[in-house]
Amino acid sequence: MIAPGEPKLSWHASGRARLQRLAALVRKETYQLFRDPSAIAIGIVMPVLLILMFGFALSLDVKNVPVAVVLENPSPTTAELASGFVLSPYFDTRELTSMPSAEQLLLQQKVDGIVRIRSDFARQLNSGNGQAQILVYGTDANRARIIEAYAQGAIAQFQARRAAEGYAAPSGGAAVVQSRMWFNEADDSHYFLVPGLIVLIMTLIGAFLTTLVMAREWERGTLEALFVTPVRAGEIVISKMIPYFVLGMMGLALCIFAAKFLFEVPFRGSVLLLTGVSTLYLLVALAIGLLISSLTKSQFVASMATLIITFLPALFLSGFLFDLRSMPAAIRVLSYALPARYYVNLLQTLFLAGNIWSVVLPDAAVLAGMAAALLALARAVTTKRLA
Amino acid sequence: MSMQPHGGVAVLGRHVRKTFRRETGETVVALDDLSLEVPHGGLAALVGPDGAGKTTLIRLIAGLMPLDAGTLVVNGTDIARDPQRVQDRIAYMPQRFGLYEDLTVRENLDLYASLHGISDEERRRRYPELFQMTDLAPFTGRLAGHLSGGMKQKLGLACTLIGAPELLLLDEPTVGVDPLSRRELWEIIARLVREQNLSVLLSTSYLDEAERCDQVFVLREGKLLASGPPGEVTALAAGRSFEAEPQAGEPARNLQSRLLDEPAIIDAVPEAGRVHLVSAQNGKSAAPEQSAAALAGLSIIPVPARFEDGFMVLLRQQSGAAGKSLAAPPLSPEPAARSDETIITVHDLVRKFGTFTAVDRVSFEVHRGEIFGLLGPNGAGKTTTFRMLCGLLSATAGTLRVAGFDLRRARASARQHIGYVAQKFSLYGQLTVADNLEFFASAYGLRGRRKRERVAWALTQFELEPLMRLPSGQLPGGYKQRLAMATALLHSPDILFLDEPTSGADPLARREFWRRITQFAEQRVTVVVTTHFMEEAEYCDRVAILDGGRMLAVGTPAEVRGLAAAAGPDRATMEDAFIAIVERAREHRMDASP
Repeated sequence: MIAPGEPKLSWHASGRARLQRLAALVRKETYQLFRDPSAIAIGIVMPVLLILMFGFALSLDVKNVPVAVVLENPSPTTAELASGFVLSPYFDTRELTSMPSAEQLLLQQKVDGIVRIRSDFARQLNSGNGQAQILVYGTDANRARIIEAYAQGAIAQFQARRAAEGYAAPSGGAAVVQSRMWFNEADDSHYFLVPGLIVLIMTLIGAFLTTLVMAREWERGTLEALFVTPVRAGEIVISKMIPYFVLGMMGLALCIFAAKFLFEVPFRGSVLLLTGVSTLYLLVALAIGLLISSLTKSQFVASMATLIITFLPALFLSGFLFDLRSMPAAIRVLSYALPARYYVNLLQTLFLAGNIWSVVLPDAAVLAGMAAALLALARAVTTKRLA
Repeated sequence: MSMQPHGGVAVLGRHVRKTFRRETGETVVALDDLSLEVPHGGLAALVGPDGAGKTTLIRLIAGLMPLDAGTLVVNGTDIARDPQRVQDRIAYMPQRFGLYEDLTVRENLDLYASLHGISDEERRRRYPELFQMTDLAPFTGRLAGHLSGGMKQKLGLACTLIGAPELLLLDEPTVGVDPLSRRELWEIIARLVREQNLSVLLSTSYLDEAERCDQVFVLREGKLLASGPPGEVTALAAGRSFEAEPQAGEPARNLQSRLLDEPAIIDAVPEAGRVHLVSAQNGKSAAPEQSAAALAGLSIIPVPARFEDGFMVLLRQQSGAAGKSLAAPPLSPEPAARSDETIITVHDLVRKFGTFTAVDRVSFEVHRGEIFGLLGPNGAGKTTTFRMLCGLLSATAGTLRVAGFDLRRARASARQHIGYVAQKFSLYGQLTVADNLEFFASAYGLRGRRKRERVAWALTQFELEPLMRLPSGQLPGGYKQRLAMATALLHSPDILFLDEPTSGADPLARREFWRRITQFAEQRVTVVVTTHFMEEAEYCDRVAILDGGRMLAVGTPAEVRGLAAAAGPDRATMEDAFIAIVERAREHRMDASP
């Protein structure tokens, strides 16, 4: 064996030695990542599941509402009105002729609403006084309101059509309110769910997975032997970040792909900018993960802490599922401390509105500041000390 | 070729102090004003009872913890000032070496080679050398997690050696390693010291290992009791060591047990059918037959002192009654004659895991009141056999009767008669000692007065009363094991199973443990035990040696030693016998297989 001595010592502090050690640690981390089923589950299977779940199962839109249209006296006019419901993508229509059977269906929750067109509808319509009754199953107030609005819309369209066909409009012409949603013209909830999905996946990989693998090293005692080598504490921190950063970016790519081709969400900002702000958020998440695991040194405590500090706030307090403006002031103030809030805002802006610099710049600056502070803190708490 | 730029001193400690705070708020002094000098080159050993501060001292030298006071200079560098500089040039193997179990042997080694800045060219030269030394060459592609305990330790050693360190720190490198692997590890270490003039500082609870070192440091409760060549410690017992032959028909362990109660006897251990003892008196007046009633009428011959004898004398000098904290109740005056009633019958027992046969047609019988030892290298099938005997694992084939029940049919009934102490501490760490006992008593179905009686018995018998309000996770090592045994005995089982109960325990704790076991056997409790300490086989009535899932030998310790005597010297120790039997069987199998 070679004689150890001074020349070898200066080598350990050289840039090339640092790079060699870093490469070895990253390689080790990557092997472990691919051989650990739980890492694969959290890093790859969970994001795919989340995409499928958010994309197909979880939707805040109301579509294919089962309704009963009761035509007490079928006629060409009433059939025309009914067809407005049948042809609508929002309704799944059943045509009936008696009100009691429709009420039965409503009580059994086989339909969520009833549109009742009385036997004298056609005659009254001609006298300028056509009335249709709308009954909605109201246990879910939100949904009920949406169904009510849809039904009114369908009837309004019927009126408009009649007016256009030259029938006498009641009381000087039907006024149909035309509404339009800005940025989300289709009023499709995927438009804002997909950016939220990106936040969840980046948080999951960045903070949750990193905290688990670092705490595991403390638990298994693998760091004890590693510390008594020329390796520097900073190299351990960076080697933990690199593979999970790459994995996080892959998750991002997966989400963008799903957004574009699966959910057809428009993307109006620049991809470069999106990558940039995602990098900032991922760095924040990684730093939080490393910080928590270095402080707790136990997989169980670290994963619980990460869940509470990062994942749940990202889900509920970032403005992605629930509007922050309708929250109590105290929680609104608290949300300013959450990195996820800025990232959600950035993503929604970039996806749906475009490169709005007055939004992007301040939010990105906050994320950059958080990343710098948290990384410095994570580096400071990771020392080559056991206690 | 070694450079000695630091005046021949590898580690220089002056007034080192280190304290820890327990969760309960009290401060524990791990190292107290400790000064020591480990010379450069050669082997140095740290020995001492549990809690002596061995691991703390090694971690301080490795720069893993800050000192509270004093200075520690490693290879000329003050560890407090520049720990990285020290860590650049030493190597350290923690007690549980942190191998990455999901990396292969080769990948683990590559990682450490890169961390130490070893060039590719140098690796090509060093790897074959390391693989040959550790016999790991056939397993380079295997995941470290799939290696046996002994091989893991060898890989850990290879990983620490790749950086060509100036100083090698090993914390209990042979804990949980079988005698064969232990011997191989020692050969590697001895060769490194001899050929490369490496400095090695290791801690160990095997006193025969300490005896092979150039320097020993005896620690106790954070203080240095003695330092110097092992011969100096051995000399403390000069003229005090004797061997006594028990009366015909009496097990050596009974005589040993009585001798431990004598104030004139410092230490006694059964050995090769006799009892090795150390007298408290020195010089000519040492003749123990005059001072120890238990020895009256027995033939006693003086023998050369061993390191262990000196160690026991040293511990006793320093603390009066330290070696005899055993206030165990006396044995029943008339030891029950051993019956021939068979309590465990194992016949052609087989257990397969997939295509792998862990236990292959093993047969033996255990009689009531017997202490039966299962010995074997790591991976021999001891633990698998054990788990089947306790009904924790079902057998693939064969007959298995325990306490009159067929374990393959009436598992639950058999369990009522069994107490089991696992190798790993498996009690509730957050519950207090008393809570644990209460819980397990209820789990065994004890109620009312009987429950109170048994819990009280356990607290007294195992001297746990002073600690009964302490969470069991915070008990010192030896007490954890006492508690584990106490819980296993709450329901007064007929049979007690102990899986490597003394692994990692210091010599004092091991004596205390066997003292209790001897008592239980006297009370007609049958004890089945596995161990890696071959000298402990001497406490057993009969032992069985397993390797590769097969039974190689079974019989009394004398008979087993006799099997090896044909091949070796006639006063072979149990360890020699064990190694000879296992190696012979392996050679035989290799001859037969191709």
